[in-house]
Amino acid sequence: MATAHSRVAARFMISPAVLLLLGWMIVPLSMTIYFSFLSYNLLMPGMEEFIGFTNYRFFLTDPAFFAALANTLLLVGGVLVITIVGGTALALLLDQPFWGQGIVRILVIAPFFVMPTVSALVWKNMFMNPVNGLFAHLAKAIGLEPFDFLAHAPLASIILIVAWQWLPFATLILLTALQSLDQEQLEASEMDGANFGNRFIYIVLPHMARAITVVVLIQTIFLLSVFAEILVTTNGGPGYASTNITYLVYAQSLLQFDVGGGSAGGIVAVILANIVAVFLMRMIGKNLEA
Amino acid sequence: MGKISLKNVTKAFGEAMVIPSLDLEIEDGEFVVFVGPSGCGKSTLLRLIAGLEDVTSGVIEIDGRDATEVPPARRGLAMVFQSYALYPHMSVRKNIAFPLKMAKMDAAEQERRVTSAAKILNLTDYLDRRPGQLSGGQRQRVAIGRAIVREPAAFLFDEPLSNLDAALRVNMRLEISELHQSLATTMIYVTHDQVEAMTMADKIVVLHAGRIEQVGSPLDLYRSPANRFVAGFIGSPKMNFISGAEAGKHGAHTIGIRPEHLALSTTEGAWQGKVAVAEHLGSDTFLYVNVNGMDPLTVRTQGEAGIHHGDTVYISPDAEHLHRFDASGKTI
Repeated sequence: MATAHSRVAARFMISPAVLLLLGWMIVPLSMTIYFSFLSYNLLMPGMEEFIGFTNYRFFLTDPAFFAALANTLLLVGGVLVITIVGGTALALLLDQPFWGQGIVRILVIAPFFVMPTVSALVWKNMFMNPVNGLFAHLAKAIGLEPFDFLAHAPLASIILIVAWQWLPFATLILLTALQSLDQEQLEASEMDGANFGNRFIYIVLPHMARAITVVVLIQTIFLLSVFAEILVTTNGGPGYASTNITYLVYAQSLLQFDVGGGSAGGIVAVILANIVAVFLMRMIGKNLEA
Repeated sequence: MGKISLKNVTKAFGEAMVIPSLDLEIEDGEFVVFVGPSGCGKSTLLRLIAGLEDVTSGVIEIDGRDATEVPPARRGLAMVFQSYALYPHMSVRKNIAFPLKMAKMDAAEQERRVTSAAKILNLTDYLDRRPGQLSGGQRQRVAIGRAIVREPAAFLFDEPLSNLDAALRVNMRLEISELHQSLATTMIYVTHDQVEAMTMADKIVVLHAGRIEQVGSPLDLYRSPANRFVAGFIGSPKMNFISGAEAGKHGAHTIGIRPEHLALSTTEGAWQGKVAVAEHLGSDTFLYVNVNGMDPLTVRTQGEAGIHHGDTVYISPDAEHLHRFDASGKTI
């Protein structure tokens, strides 16, 4: 199969696709890099000039940047913890035989099909609203003061909303991993004297390690760029309390019309994402081998 | 000690009765083989003894104590699975030590037992490998190692050799027999292969559709099968069955005669027939002979018979080794 001839042919035949993808990536990236070195404000068209690293210096010394960086990491980490722990627990439950299993599984997967803006609005207006929200009614019913989630715990609220969206994805992947576990291994460990907890720690969890790795990697990619949920709920506020890097770049370029500064922020975000990726691959990438 | 007795044990999966009421005594130190065609309930019976399935009714006693409701881990039995069921993410050492770790045994004692098990099973050089890096026979040995470190009252084997190639199967068969000699622990072994049953067992239990057809030593079953099913299942090549007029002469509905008890001649004999296929094995020759008015007969002759396809031969049954069955298949 893999003769020298067939390898050359294979390379030749995939090259159009590779070139197209490369161009698709390289053109916007180089334009962004180019803009990031310009003083480029939408309110002053035609005044663009080369200013070197000034945009980067302003972006990286802005106190908002450090707040946004911390928020981004908290958001990604918080959602990952909730979805992995919750997803494993749900997968274990759904793996048990019970009546109506098919319908329950579809219900569990449903949140994944709701678009982020809609789910954020539903959470904001129907659950977390301090006057009309369900949580406010519940609090009043037991005689408590309603809690204004988005004003007093904006980041935690957004973590909750995003985790609710991603929980089905984690559950689905972890459930399929759980179902691929050889039943004889579980029976063997039962004969070997392992109780439920030991079976989970020594047999089930190692078996699921690869699936958990996949969930962490895929979710991290998407969670670094959470945007819609912030835009429709808190607008990054109060102050910078719920601004992440993505939202900060948006605010810089489109609220302050500073395209140059926004581009510099975008490049910083790309670099940060790559640093996170390298760390992730170092830590858990070895699970994907073999 | 490993005396196991089953009293009126039944097992049903929903409506399907897999094992109708069954009684069985297994003595301490015996090598018992459950044998039968696939779907006869032999694996289910083993899983009932292991505790991996609950009995529908009846009692399982281990060493005189009622173990029917005891969870698998506390029955003091160890099981070797058909797929070996090794833990893929653990080294061989950790696989073998797993039951000891679960029993919270101290590390030094664990190490001592693992080392001695590895020595018995020739696994010392492989202790730090993962199961994925081992051959089929080595994995089989690891599975056995994981069973013996627990020093169980009895070993349960569920078709352990069916994933191995023919040559390895013969080797492992010998190793398991030797292991039984040296440990002298009760072993219960499930197989569909009557050769494994004949070569390894002290006592064979022939199962058919969840019922015990016959229990006895290998040669008992070979010499005096209780019915037509056992007669046909034990022995290779299969026993020939002849019914109709020829059987009537011997006062039976069906007569059975093993291929090795048919005398072959090229000049004279009771039945005349034509050779359809001749299999020359060197030590033996198997002939498949078409005789008028009968099903094809299998004949086994020792050495190299100079007989080929299409030859006319005469066959005479050895009257001493003739088995007679009535209409319901029972031996007369």
